[in-house]
Amino acid sequence: MEVFKTLIVILLSSVLVNNYVLSRFLGICPFLGVSKKLNQAVGMGISVTAVMLLATAVTWPIQYFLLDKVGLGYMQTIIFILVIATLVQILELLLKKFSPALHKGLGVYLPLITTNCAVLGVAINNINDGYNFLESMVSSLGCGLGFLLAMVLFSGLRSRIDESRVPAPFRGLAVTLIAASFISLAFMGFAGVVDALFA
Amino acid sequence: MKNNSNMSVLLKGILKENPVLVLILGTCPTLATTNNVAGAFGMGIAAMVVLVCSNMLISLLRKIIPDSVRIPCYIVIIAGFVTIVQMFVQAYFPALYEMLGVYLALITVNCIILGRAEMFASKNNVLRSALDGIGMGLGFTVALCAMAFVREVFGNASFAGIAIPFLEPYKIAFLVKAPGGMLVYGLLIALVYVLTQGKAPLKKDFSCAGCPSAGSCHTGACMKKGEEQ
Repeated sequence: MEVFKTLIVILLSSVLVNNYVLSRFLGICPFLGVSKKLNQAVGMGISVTAVMLLATAVTWPIQYFLLDKVGLGYMQTIIFILVIATLVQILELLLKKFSPALHKGLGVYLPLITTNCAVLGVAINNINDGYNFLESMVSSLGCGLGFLLAMVLFSGLRSRIDESRVPAPFRGLAVTLIAASFISLAFMGFAGVVDALFA
Repeated sequence: MKNNSNMSVLLKGILKENPVLVLILGTCPTLATTNNVAGAFGMGIAAMVVLVCSNMLISLLRKIIPDSVRIPCYIVIIAGFVTIVQMFVQAYFPALYEMLGVYLALITVNCIILGRAEMFASKNNVLRSALDGIGMGLGFTVALCAMAFVREVFGNASFAGIAIPFLEPYKIAFLVKAPGGMLVYGLLIALVYVLTQGKAPLKKDFSCAGCPSAGSCHTGACMKKGEEQ
């Protein structure tokens, strides 16, 4: 029961309180770039979640059974980014071969994920926070879902911005960032909620 | 040739093609490390060192690296320099290392560095690539410090950790938190638009070529639309 409670707290806090996009600022580029249409936002969010889970499943054992054993901890950054880049390539090839329909839907987002800092960030943070394997996987799932949630919410807001008249200097990215700031402000309200739920 | 002189390569990064405020690259570290001036300055310098080194090495190797595998090659080169910088900062500036945390490792996936490798270093000689790295790095540092200045002075009533007593009763704590970062960033982008009187080149015109998100990103297109109205 205790384990289950810990996992729920990790999941909820990574979705709501420590949302990767809105409070830790990881993965801002796709958040701003691909959130214009709802279906694209959902596609990107699902792809990121899948890659995060896969990347954690591979990088966690690498860190604990390989790098730590032979004292190569300082190679973490290089190894992790190579693993993520390779994983994304393999995933794309597999999807293309076995599920062309899914590849058509998600394929365009996959190459972008290599340089999405949220994926590398999750892999490194899981190690830094000292999570065990199960906790790491739950935390990755939470971060992915948090990213998806932020993307979906923001795509709704953006469709409203596009229809309104914005003063010239604010057109484009400036007004988008200010809108993102308000969503982030709303998410600040979740701070403390998760801990209080299980107190 | 006038436009392409070495001096203009160096200077364009500071305002006209500022990587953060005009090209809109490297947004994650910009938002995450600017709640105090010391952290922002450290981040800017660390990224600049990586940028200059990787630009020079990639420019040296530009005729050797096969076109089809260039992105993985660039990432490995960049990650190598990031690791060196990470170990250096950990050894000599432990306080800064604590403050920047995971964002130091994340310089690897900073799109300014990959973007400049793809857009500039892979097409120019070593000297020009190094100058471009210095200019872009300076632009990044200046933008980060400007943002951190606004956020720290008005949000925390201090400058680089030194308290400013007379601002204490008026501080706006929201600015040092996450939403404040996005708000200040948005306002600064608008300010640069006013300063350059809307003549700053559009993101779409050059930075999208090197941006890995170009395929599905609409930021360039929507800025273009804004221009026409």
